[in-house]
Amino acid sequence: MSATHTISDAHDHHHGPAKGLTRWLYTTNHKDIGSLYLWFSFTMFLLGGAFALVIRAELFQPGLQFIEPAFFNQMTTMHGLIMVFGAVMPAFVGLANWLIPLMIGAPDMALPRMNNWSFWLLPFAFTIMVSTMFMEGGGPNFGWTFYAPLSTTYAPPSTTFFIFAVHVMGASSIMGSINVIATILNMRAPGMTFMKMPLFVWTWLITAYLLIAVMPVLAGVVTMMLFDIHFGTSFFNAAGGGDPVLFQHLFWFFGHPEVYIMILPAFGIVSAIIPTFARKRLFGYDSMVYATASIAFLSFIVWAHHMFTVGMPLAGQLFFMYATMLIAVPTGVKVFNWVATMFRGAMTFETPMLFAIAFVVLFTMGGFTGVMLAITPADFQYHDTYFVVAHFHYVLVPGAVFSIMAAAYYWLPKWTGYMYDETLGKLHFWLSFIGVNLLFFPQHFLGLAGMPRRIPDYALQFANFNWISSVGGFLFGFSQLILLFVVIKCIRGGKKATDQVWEGAQGLEWTVPSPAPYHTFETPPDPKLIHAQ
Amino acid sequence: MSNDLSPQNNKIVVRKLLLAVVGMFAFGFALVPLYDVICDLTGLNGKTGGRVSEAEAGILVDEQRVVTVQFMAHHNAEMGWNFEPSIAQLSVRPGEVNIVSYRVTNPGTDVMVGQAIPSVAPNAAAAHLNKIECFCFEEQLLQPGESADMPIRFFIDPELPASITKLTLSYTLYDITEKSDNVQAIAVR
Repeated sequence: MSATHTISDAHDHHHGPAKGLTRWLYTTNHKDIGSLYLWFSFTMFLLGGAFALVIRAELFQPGLQFIEPAFFNQMTTMHGLIMVFGAVMPAFVGLANWLIPLMIGAPDMALPRMNNWSFWLLPFAFTIMVSTMFMEGGGPNFGWTFYAPLSTTYAPPSTTFFIFAVHVMGASSIMGSINVIATILNMRAPGMTFMKMPLFVWTWLITAYLLIAVMPVLAGVVTMMLFDIHFGTSFFNAAGGGDPVLFQHLFWFFGHPEVYIMILPAFGIVSAIIPTFARKRLFGYDSMVYATASIAFLSFIVWAHHMFTVGMPLAGQLFFMYATMLIAVPTGVKVFNWVATMFRGAMTFETPMLFAIAFVVLFTMGGFTGVMLAITPADFQYHDTYFVVAHFHYVLVPGAVFSIMAAAYYWLPKWTGYMYDETLGKLHFWLSFIGVNLLFFPQHFLGLAGMPRRIPDYALQFANFNWISSVGGFLFGFSQLILLFVVIKCIRGGKKATDQVWEGAQGLEWTVPSPAPYHTFETPPDPKLIHAQ
Repeated sequence: MSNDLSPQNNKIVVRKLLLAVVGMFAFGFALVPLYDVICDLTGLNGKTGGRVSEAEAGILVDEQRVVTVQFMAHHNAEMGWNFEPSIAQLSVRPGEVNIVSYRVTNPGTDVMVGQAIPSVAPNAAAAHLNKIECFCFEEQLLQPGESADMPIRFFIDPELPASITKLTLSYTLYDITEKSDNVQAIAVR
C-alpha cells in the first residue's frame, strides 16, 4: 500500500517494507499491523455474519427447516463470540495502530515487537475456536455468555479448546492495550498535551485501561471453568459448595465494561468525523473527555443489571437500576455535543458522514431501549426476549460496526492514497442502513410480544416480523460485499487523494502525504501544527 | 508532553501495567471468597449457615407469632434416589426447636454418596433459619436398596423480619460418589 512513498524526508530513505509474505509475518510497523488487524477483523466479520445468516435463514419461517436445534445453539454462540472478540475488538485495535501514532505525532507504537505478537496470536486463537465446530460433540453451544453449568457440567468436550482460545485472545488484547497506553503516555509529540489529544486517542486510552482491568477477570473466570471441568473443583457447582450465580457475577464484572470497550472508540471516531463534515470545531471537547471517563467508571458498578432475574434484594435491584440509568447522563452529553457540532454547520454528506449521522441516531435508539431494560420491573418482562437482542444489536451494529465503517471510509484515502468510489460508498451506506433497520427494528416488537432468544423455532404469531427481519438480515449481510469491493478498488487506484483529503479535516494525520509514508514523524512534527480540538 | 523515546520510560509503564494485570487476575479469584462472605452475611443466595448450638434456641420463644415453614426436596438429573420430606409444612413459633426428617432411598444397584444443598426462599429469611443438626452437614452413603430417615433440628430466629410469615426450605440432592472421600465410596470406584 505505502511501499513506494519514502522520498520526502532525508531521514527515512533507508528502507521501505520487506517484500512478500515475510513483510507481514515479521513486521513491526504500526501501519502494517493496523492493516493486518483490519483485514483479520473483516474476515471474521464475514464469518460471523455467515453464521448470523444461518440463524436468520432458520428463523425465516416457523418450524425447523435447515438445521438441528443443537447446531442452532452453536451458531448463536459462535456468532456472538466471533463478532465480539474477532470482528469489533480487533477492528478498533487496528484503527488504534494505524491512527494513534499519526494523531499524536509518534514514529510508531511504543512496543513494536509486542505489537506484532499481539496480532499474530489472534489467527491462532480463532483457528482453535472455529475448529471446535468440527470436533466430536460440536463447538460451544452455551451462548456467548457461557453461563455455568451449561459451560461446565453440560458442556461439549471441545470446551477446553474454547477456554484456551479465550486465554490466547485475552493475552492478545492485554498486550494490545499495554501498547496503546505506553504509546499515548510516552510518545506524544512536543506540544501534544493531554487536552489537545484527538478524542479517538482519548477514548482509546480509557478503553485500554478498561481492557487491562477486565480481561484478566475473564481469564480468571475461564480458568475456574477449566478447574471445574478437569480438576474437580466446585467454583460454580452447587453440589460441592459453589454457586452458578457466582459465575454470572464474575462474567458480567468483565462483561459490562466489555460492552463499553466496544463503544468508546466508536465515540472517538464519530467525534473526529462530524466536525470535519460540519466544518466546525467539535462542540464541548472537555465535556466529551469527562463524559468518556464517567462512562468508564460507571461501567464497573452496573454489572448486575444483566441478572436482575437471579433474585437479589430490593436494595440491590434499586442500586443497579439507578446506577445504570445514570449512564444515560454522560452518554446524553455526548449525543448533545454531536448534534450541537452539526448545528448551523456547513454540512456535506459524504459516506463517512452518513455513517456517522446514522450512528448518532441509531445508537441513541439502542441507548433508549437500554434505559428501558434498566427499569428492574420492566426487565423481568423483557429478560431473555428478542427485545434484548434488538437492544444490543442496535448499539453494536449501527453503533460500533457503523462507526468502524465510517472510520474505514474516512481514513481510506490517507491509507491508500486514492479516493474511494463515492457512488458505491453511498450505495453501501443506504443498503446497510435500510437492511439493518429491517433486520433489528421488528425484533423490538417480537421481544415485547414474548419471543424468547436463542430458540430455533417460534409460535406462529411471530412469523411476519421474523420474515421481515430475515429479509433485512440478508440485505445487510450481502451489502457488506460492496464494502469489500470498494476497499479493493480503492487500493488498486482511483482519483489521487490530497494530503488533507477532506476540506474540513483537522489533525496531524492530515499533515502527512497521502498515502501515509511507511515511516512518519521520525522527527516530531512542528508544534505549531498542533491545535486545540 | 514528553517525547522521551528512551526504552526506560516504556519499561516503567509496562511494568506497572503488567502488575495491574496480575492484580486484576488475582482480584477475579478474590471475588470468590468475597462472594461467599457477602452471601453469608446477607443470605443473598438463600444458603443457610453452618451448625448452631442448641443453647441459642429456646431462650426467647415468641409465643405470639406463628411462621409456616414449607419443606421441599429436589434431586438433580443424575441422581436416581427417592427423596422426600416427612411432612409438607409445619407451623412453628420463632425460637422453638423443631425436628423434621427427610426420607431417602437408593433404588439403584450401586453404592452411592449423596450431598444435600439447602436453599431458603425468600432469601431474606435464610440468615434466620438456624440448624442445630442437619443431614446437609454430612455426606450420605446408601447401599443399594437401603433407606434412611435423615433428621433436621432447627429453629427460627425471633428476629425474622415481621413481613415474613411463610418460608420455604428446599434441599437439592446431588450425586457426589465420584468426588467423595468416603472409604466405601472409594472402594466402589
